[in-house]
Amino acid sequence: MLKDITIGQHFPGNSVLHRCDPRLKLVATIAYIVALFVAPNPLGLALSIALLAALYRVAKIPGKMILKSLKPIVPIILFTSVLNLFFVTGQGEPLVHFWIVNIYAEGIKYAILLSVRVCALIAGTSLLTYTTSPIVLTDAIESLLRPLAKVHFPVHELAMMMTIALRFIPTLIEETEKIMNAQKARGAMLDTGTFSQRIKALVPILIPLFISAFRRADELAMAMECRCYHGGEGRTRLKQLKFTAEDTRCAVIITVLLACICLTRLFVPGLA
Amino acid sequence: MPNENPMLRVQDVKFRYDPEQPRYAVDGVSMEIRRGEFVAVLGANGCGKSTLAKHFNAILLPETGTVLVEDMDTRSEEHLYDVRQKVGMVFQNPDNQIVATIVEEDVAFAPENLGVPPAEIRTRIDEAMKLAGIYEKREAAPYKLSGGQKQRVAIAGVIAMRPDCLVLDEATAMLDPHGRAQVMRTIRQLREAGITIVSITHYMEEAAQADRVLVMSRGRIVMEGTPEQVFSQTQRLHSYHLDVPQAAELRDELSKVGIELPKEVITPEACAEELYKLLK
Repeated sequence: MLKDITIGQHFPGNSVLHRCDPRLKLVATIAYIVALFVAPNPLGLALSIALLAALYRVAKIPGKMILKSLKPIVPIILFTSVLNLFFVTGQGEPLVHFWIVNIYAEGIKYAILLSVRVCALIAGTSLLTYTTSPIVLTDAIESLLRPLAKVHFPVHELAMMMTIALRFIPTLIEETEKIMNAQKARGAMLDTGTFSQRIKALVPILIPLFISAFRRADELAMAMECRCYHGGEGRTRLKQLKFTAEDTRCAVIITVLLACICLTRLFVPGLA
Repeated sequence: MPNENPMLRVQDVKFRYDPEQPRYAVDGVSMEIRRGEFVAVLGANGCGKSTLAKHFNAILLPETGTVLVEDMDTRSEEHLYDVRQKVGMVFQNPDNQIVATIVEEDVAFAPENLGVPPAEIRTRIDEAMKLAGIYEKREAAPYKLSGGQKQRVAIAGVIAMRPDCLVLDEATAMLDPHGRAQVMRTIRQLREAGITIVSITHYMEEAAQADRVLVMSRGRIVMEGTPEQVFSQTQRLHSYHLDVPQAAELRDELSKVGIELPKEVITPEACAEELYKLLK
């Protein structure tokens, strides 16, 4: 179960998307999310999905990875679509009328559009993490936020914290599994019992995990000091971010495509 | 060359974690590490050997006494990063030393901190990764590597600073025999590259390969000498809760039943040779 977490999962490759400047990818992803909200109509969504499919194709990322990234949000999608189905009221006669349940054509439309939008959103952001290594992504965030350092915003520290957090996710997952097994071996009932019993059973897992995380943090801090870490000042980077001609071309293409998607709003009615 | 300008000079260092307690973790240690030497530090748990090691690169500062790294006092603020660059330190758990999510990015961490220009970082990390034997894994994620590989990543991350001295604080303690052998091979390579090695260890077989062995007990250095000199005093080592290498143990057992092997027999190779001579 724990191994299904795909946050920060990276698919190394050498496509245009992999090579692209991470700052551009980050900004483009945000723009894509904005576009999904600006153009929530059938045509706009169809175009955004087509764009996404094309990008996945270019990045050579297998389709099953999209499904994998969507799996954890299936319950949310089902929940919201069911709510939409029952609670959105439209004009005219309901399609289905049963006891107090009324389903209108608008409800079905809303449910479908909303689910598609959420799926596109997740798949779009996953594309970013699939094609960009987390560390490069943190570099991009650091670089994009750099202007804020002028107002004493701790940009470098923030980026460092993100890097370390990403680095420790697999380690701590492994540790959690070890502790769970150790507690099971001592007779802990993790999978059975009532809801409150199961919540209580988590305490003996979380406490050792926290203590061990603190100990790790302490050791890591010392190891970093040993390697002359002293904050962001005077630090150089192995990989410099460079905005190449190829990046400029990509930026233009993606801007035009996203603008087209946004413009569909003017022609096709969609969600409010 | 010996005795001129030592790599490390420790003079009457005392240190305690809690100034209210009378017990010192390091209680008046004086020693020198010469350039290019391989020194093993032995001692039972809690004898102060790790505490002493942390004085070598100014992670801890002595309460009294001085630690000089190439004649720079570890107390001086202005030399702090020079000292840390010259004396690299590798700890027990490789998982808690790796900062980045890709091997080469992690190895680049120290040169980045030192403000080395990007092009030179590249040459330095390539050199360090080749020396540590993990160059093939440079694009891997550290959590997918084995323990021995991870520890070699940690070593490469320190070597990338181009230190003169490498302090290994029980760096092989958490590894399986295979991983330990890998790390020991790397250590031998570093030694050939001229790096001074100080290894704190519980494994007598590792200490047997050193040029010099120091034995600590209750915050003091109680024995010092070549591995042959130290490991021929089995009784005394036992009194400090330490063992001798297996080959030396065999030597002692054989002498009990009247088969005398020379005192210098402490490695499996030397032992095999002597046994061969006896059987011939």
